[in-house]
Amino acid sequence: MAKRDDAATEAETTGHEWDGIEELNKPLPKWWLWTFYATIIWAIGYWLLMPAWPLVSTYSKGLLGYSQRESVQEQLDAAKAAKAAYRQKIAASDLAAINNDPELLSFALAGGEAAFGDNCAPCHGRGAQGAFGYPNLRDDSWLWGGTLDAIHQTITHGIRANDPETRSPGAQMPAFGKTGVLNEAQIADVDEYVLSLSGRADDQTAADRGAKIFASTCAPCHGPDGKGNQKIGAPDLTDELWLYAGDKATIAATLRGGRGGVMPAWGGRLDPETIKELAIYVHSLGGGQ
Amino acid sequence: MIIDKVHNGPDGIAVPGNVPVVRMAEAAPGVERSEAPTIERTGKSLYVSRVKVYPKRAHGTFRTVKWIVMAVTLSIYYLVPWIRWDRGPYLPNQAVLIDFPSRRFFFFFLEIWPQEFYYVTGLLVLAALGLFLATAIAGRVWCGYACPQTVWTDLMIAVERFFQGDRNARIRLDKAPWTFEWVWRKGATHLTWLLIAIATGGAWVFYFADAPTLARQFLHFDAPMIAYVFVGLFTATTYLLGGIAREQVCIYMCPWPRIQGGMIDHDSLLISYRAWRGEPRGPHKAGQSWEGHGDCVDCRQCIAVCPTGIDIRNGSQLECIQCALCVDACNEIMDKVGRPRGLIAYDTIRNLQAPGSEILPVPWFRPRVVLYATLMAIVGLIMLTALMLRAELEVSVLHDRNPVYVKLSDGGLRNGYTLKLLNKRYEPRNFRIGISGLAGAKLTIVGHEHETDPVITVAPDELQPIRVYVALDKAGVRALAKEDEDEDEAESVEFYFTVTDTKDGNFAEHKANFQGPER
Repeated sequence: MAKRDDAATEAETTGHEWDGIEELNKPLPKWWLWTFYATIIWAIGYWLLMPAWPLVSTYSKGLLGYSQRESVQEQLDAAKAAKAAYRQKIAASDLAAINNDPELLSFALAGGEAAFGDNCAPCHGRGAQGAFGYPNLRDDSWLWGGTLDAIHQTITHGIRANDPETRSPGAQMPAFGKTGVLNEAQIADVDEYVLSLSGRADDQTAADRGAKIFASTCAPCHGPDGKGNQKIGAPDLTDELWLYAGDKATIAATLRGGRGGVMPAWGGRLDPETIKELAIYVHSLGGGQ
Repeated sequence: MIIDKVHNGPDGIAVPGNVPVVRMAEAAPGVERSEAPTIERTGKSLYVSRVKVYPKRAHGTFRTVKWIVMAVTLSIYYLVPWIRWDRGPYLPNQAVLIDFPSRRFFFFFLEIWPQEFYYVTGLLVLAALGLFLATAIAGRVWCGYACPQTVWTDLMIAVERFFQGDRNARIRLDKAPWTFEWVWRKGATHLTWLLIAIATGGAWVFYFADAPTLARQFLHFDAPMIAYVFVGLFTATTYLLGGIAREQVCIYMCPWPRIQGGMIDHDSLLISYRAWRGEPRGPHKAGQSWEGHGDCVDCRQCIAVCPTGIDIRNGSQLECIQCALCVDACNEIMDKVGRPRGLIAYDTIRNLQAPGSEILPVPWFRPRVVLYATLMAIVGLIMLTALMLRAELEVSVLHDRNPVYVKLSDGGLRNGYTLKLLNKRYEPRNFRIGISGLAGAKLTIVGHEHETDPVITVAPDELQPIRVYVALDKAGVRALAKEDEDEDEAESVEFYFTVTDTKDGNFAEHKANFQGPER
C-alpha cells in the first residue's frame, strides 16, 4: 500500500496497512532519533568501560576494572569495621555484664541469631526447637544446665566431643539390654517404673518391680527420685519433656541400646566473641536460668 | 476533539511546513500583521526537525494571572523548606521534611511513618482527582498555569526576553553573526538559566535535610555527596527541559495531553476561536464596513504569542496547553479595531457548535463534574477521619512461628511474641505491659525477667520491639481446653496484650493467639 493523503485528517499515511487499518504519519522529532543513537553510543562506551562480554573461560573486565565481588567485599569489610567496637566490648565483658547492657545485649542477640542459623540450626532446628535426640533449647529443662556460664561451657567444649574439657567424656547411658545387665522382662519393668514417674504407668505391680531395679541400676546417675543430675547430663525422668520420645517403646529401646548424644566443641571453630553471642542468644530463647 | 490539522492558508489551500503565507504590513489600521508561521509538526518524512518558537510578550488579564501564579508557585517551592515548626527537643523542627534516614515524612502538624504511607497515597489520589475535576471544568488549566514545566519555561522565556528582546529582536539575533553583542546577550541568557537551574536543584535537596545545616554545608563544600548529585541532576533537567526543550516536553514527552481528550466534555471551557464571529477572516482597511467581514483581521498575533507555535483558529489541538495568552493578544487587537473582545476566549464545544451568536450559560452540574467532586470529598473525608483517629500509641504483635509453642517440663505451654510499641509522641514514654483474657498466664519480658514491676521505655517518635513469653502451666492449659471445648489441650485461644502509659494511662491493646499442639 502506498502513502496517501488521508481525507478526514488531511494528513499523510505511512503506507502501513493492517486489514484495512492504516497508520497516519505522525513524525517523530529528530532529537528523539538522536537520543536513540546517543543511547547506542552510550552502550558501546559501557561495553568498553564495564565488565560486559562473556568469553570462553572468562569475561571482558572493562577499562574501569569494576567488580561486584570487590564491591561486596568492601561493604563486608566496612560492616566488620563498624562491628569491631562492639566486638571488643563483648570480648572484654563477662556474660552477665553483656546481658545487663541493653546496647550490647541487642548486638549480641543479633550476632548470636546469625551464628546460630549458620552453625547450630542443622541439628537444633532454625527455631532452636530441637528434634529427636537434639534438645529443644527453648524449654525449661536442661541436661547440662541453663545458666549463661553453663551454656557457654557446653558450646565451647561440646558434649562427648574431642576436647579435654568436654562434658561427660567417655560416660553415657549404658546399653543395659545389649550388654546383658538387664533381661527383657527387667527392661519392661524398669520401663513401667519410668513411666510411673510422670504418672503414666499402666501396670503398677510391674512398676513396683522396676523400682527395685531402678534403685540399684539407674539411681546412681538419675538419682533415687529420678530427677536426674546436670553434672553428668543425666536427664530428669519425672518431667514431661523427653530428649528421645517418652513413649513405652522408645524408653525400652533406650534401656536396651543406651544413648550418648554428641555435640561438637566449638571452641576452636568459632571465635570467643561469637561463642559469647551464641550463649547469650540461646539463653534468651525462653529457658535461660 | 484533539485533532492535528494542517494549517489552511487564506485561500483554503493546505500550506506545508512553516512558510509564512501572504505577507502584508498591516492587518487593520494600526494593527501590524505578524509573520509568525504556524508551526506544523507534520510532513512527508517520518522525522521532523524542530522549528524554533519565538513567543511574543502578551499583555492582559491572563498574562497577569500567569505572573501571579508563577510568583506564588515558585515562592512555595523555594521557601517552604525554610519554614520552621517546633516539635520539641528530640525531632527536626523543619515544617516540611522528607527524612529518609529515619523513615519519616514531616508535614507541619502531620508526621507520616512508613506504615502510614497511605496518607501520601490519599494525597496523590486527591491530586489526581483534582486534576480530573479541573480538566472537566476548564480543560488544561493545569498545563496552562501551574505545571512546573510551564512555570519554569515561562520564567526562562522571560529571562531570554530580558537579555535578547522580544520576538523580532530574538529572531534577528539568531540570524546575526557571532558579534560581541551576540555573545554577551546569548551568554547572559544561558548563564542566568543555569543559575535558575542551580537554585531549582538547590531548593529540591532542602526538602530532604535540615535546610539551614545543609546550606552551611554547601557554603563550606562539605555537604553529602548525594546532595551534590541531586543538585546536579535537577540543574541539568531544569536547564534542559525549561530552557532548551520547552514546548517539546509538552508535545512529545508528556502523557497528559493524550489523556485530556477523555476528561473533557462538550461543556468544558476550552481556549477556543469563535469561528462563527471571526470568519470570513481577512485584512480590514480603514473605513471599510464590517458587514460580511469576520472580526478576525488575520493579524496572526495569536500565533506570535503562542508558546507552542500553533494557530488556535484551527481548533482544539494536542499542542495547545491552554495558557490563554492568545486570548490576551486577540483582546488587545479587538480593542484596537473597535470590535468586542472575546473572539478567542474560554468557550465550550457546545457553544461553538450552536447556531447563532448567543452564548449559552455553562451547566456546572454535569455528571463528571459532580462525580469528580464527590469522589474528592469522599477521599478527603476518609483521610480526615483517619487523621483524627490516629493513635499516639500503637501496638502490634508478631507471634513466633518457629516454633509456634514450646512444651514445658511441667506439661505447660509457652508461646513467644515480639511486641512492637510505637510511641508517636515527641517525648520518651514509659509503659507497663499486661495480658487480659488468659487466666493463669504468666508474662515474662525478655531482659526484665528479674523485675517485679517491669517498665518499658520507648524513645520519642520511635518504635521499640520487645520480646515477651506467655506461659500456662498444665492446669491452666487444661482449664482453657475445658472452657474452649471438651478436649485435652487447646489448639488456639485468643487473648489481648495491653499496653498502658505509666504517666497518663494512655492505653492500647492488641489481639493475640495462644497456641498449643494440634488436636
